[in-house]
Amino acid sequence: MTQDATDREAGLPAAPTRRTFLFKIGLVLDGIVAGLVGIPVIGYLLGPVRRSAAQAWIPLGPIDRFPEGETRFATYENPFRVTWDGPTAKIACWVRRIEGEQFQVFAINCTHLGCPVRWFAPSRLFMCPCHGGAYYEDGSRASGPPPRGLFEYDFQVREGQLWVQGGQVPTLAQPV
Amino acid sequence: MGFIHTLGNWFDQRLGARATLEPMIAHPVPRMTASWWYVFGSATLALFALQIVTGLCLALVYVPTADQAYQTLEYLNYQAPFGWFLRATHFWGSNGMVLVMTLHLLQVFLWGAYKYPRELTWIVGVFLFLCTLGMAFSGQVLRWDQDAYWGLGISASIAGRAPLIGRQLVEFLLGGPIIAGRTLSRFFALHVFVIPGVLIGLVGLHLWLVLRLGINEWPLPGRLVDRATYRQRYEAEVQRDGVPFFPMAARKDMVGMAVVVTGVLACAVLFGPNGPNGVPDPTLIDTEPRPDFYFLALFALFALLPPWTETAILLVGPVVAIGLLVALPFLSGTGEKSWRRRPVAVISVLLIVLTVGTLASLGMTSPWSPVMDAWSGLPVPEAYVHGRTPLELQGAVVLQSKQCRNCHSLGGAGGRRGPALDGVGTRLTQDQLIRQVLQGGGNMPAYGKNLTPAEVTALVAFMQTLRPGQAPPAR
Repeated sequence: MTQDATDREAGLPAAPTRRTFLFKIGLVLDGIVAGLVGIPVIGYLLGPVRRSAAQAWIPLGPIDRFPEGETRFATYENPFRVTWDGPTAKIACWVRRIEGEQFQVFAINCTHLGCPVRWFAPSRLFMCPCHGGAYYEDGSRASGPPPRGLFEYDFQVREGQLWVQGGQVPTLAQPV
Repeated sequence: MGFIHTLGNWFDQRLGARATLEPMIAHPVPRMTASWWYVFGSATLALFALQIVTGLCLALVYVPTADQAYQTLEYLNYQAPFGWFLRATHFWGSNGMVLVMTLHLLQVFLWGAYKYPRELTWIVGVFLFLCTLGMAFSGQVLRWDQDAYWGLGISASIAGRAPLIGRQLVEFLLGGPIIAGRTLSRFFALHVFVIPGVLIGLVGLHLWLVLRLGINEWPLPGRLVDRATYRQRYEAEVQRDGVPFFPMAARKDMVGMAVVVTGVLACAVLFGPNGPNGVPDPTLIDTEPRPDFYFLALFALFALLPPWTETAILLVGPVVAIGLLVALPFLSGTGEKSWRRRPVAVISVLLIVLTVGTLASLGMTSPWSPVMDAWSGLPVPEAYVHGRTPLELQGAVVLQSKQCRNCHSLGGAGGRRGPALDGVGTRLTQDQLIRQVLQGGGNMPAYGKNLTPAEVTALVAFMQTLRPGQAPPAR
């Protein structure tokens, strides 16, 4: 009978032997290897999560394109695009020129669940095709399920060009 | 024949397959379970196999990049031989799989199959169901059309409602700051590698549990499940009165599998593939995004929930629902199995089926959405302008040009967001009409800033004439 077996019969813990030591070494080594693989994998999966929101100044064209007192459709290429984004790199927004250099630039996305709102000039309303949200021309909520008014971009007029600050899909967590 | 026999023996000496499989194939099952009610599980499995075969074929052509996925789907539809048919089969197969799996879930619930000792079988089944819904959603994303794009927009908006980590969750979900190429790659990996792998593993576990614990016996009213005696009694019943699974029960399964697959193939031939519906260019906003049928009920719920409950229900609801499903076998793990003596179970199923069915049918018609082209496409019915004064006729023009019809119907045509205006003159007085138009309220925007006094006078004059059958005006 081996020493191990006698110890077990006597209810004593097994004395450390070369075999149990090797087993423990194996466990530790495998744990280290799992960490070496796992840490970069988790880092890679979380890669798209940025420290702060994606923001850049984006030109929407000369301000003459936007007549005073009217709301016009505008599009831009997302600055954080990758080359294989294709048509999905394009983003739309609504530009309301109140007068002079006073603008409001609204994200296309309904604040309820992100569907594209459409501008109806005769009734001066934005309407959403998904769940029936409606907004006034100044972007404030008119009716339906939206929890707030339309998301509004920060804008600047520089040398006759309208610029907005954006770069990510607007949600309640991060309006534009 | 002799050669085949020899070859078979050669393999079997090495694999030992006969010794393993024969007892499984011929294992006795309770006689009553050789029933048509017990075919939904195997039918779901058959549809899963169909999805794997058609999915592998589609993957030979489909390119998961945001700038080319759409073209490869068009190529499948119009150029690849049988491409349209495989796309159609994969689409109708997914619909069929969700449907048949739901029937399976309802059947095992009503037959009390989740009770002792089959709790784990049920829980694995719950995760199979969730994985299948995950496949349905991610598959819809791979269609990479406008519905896919805005469906992701809805998902991102829901994720963005999470407290504290909303933005981070959105970026993790989308693989970047916007819905674009990296989003599609993420969902491709989910749909083609991650979830199918989990599904195959869970299917194996589910089947192993069914074999190990035996198929649920046909529940008889009054025969209660008791942890102490159940397994002995089950074994005794199977020994006394069991029939071999193959062929006594399996033949009905085989017919059931053939029926559902034929049904899917028939739908594929008759109705063809779904989409792709419009290039996923988010600047093309003349779109009305709708989900596939399995998410229509949710889509409707989003429109109908009171806004102040929405964030809580969107975020907590799924957790509670999944938690309840998982907890079910622990909440009522013993006792009565027969649905004849479980009125709460029957009523719950009826309520859930009715609710989901009603919501889904509402989702199809979506009466809460404005009809975007009603104002320009649907004229005021002739009867409503007949014999009106010039002022009233001018009011009809205002009603039309201010796009009231997008939300209000006349003569049954137009939006259904607000009430039909056919009899509005009998319901509201002149003052009430003016107030409603100017100030809105009750889900109607205020038009005070948007109408001149003359327009309001004309509009209200016209609406006062909307009284069917010369009914008296409201007072």
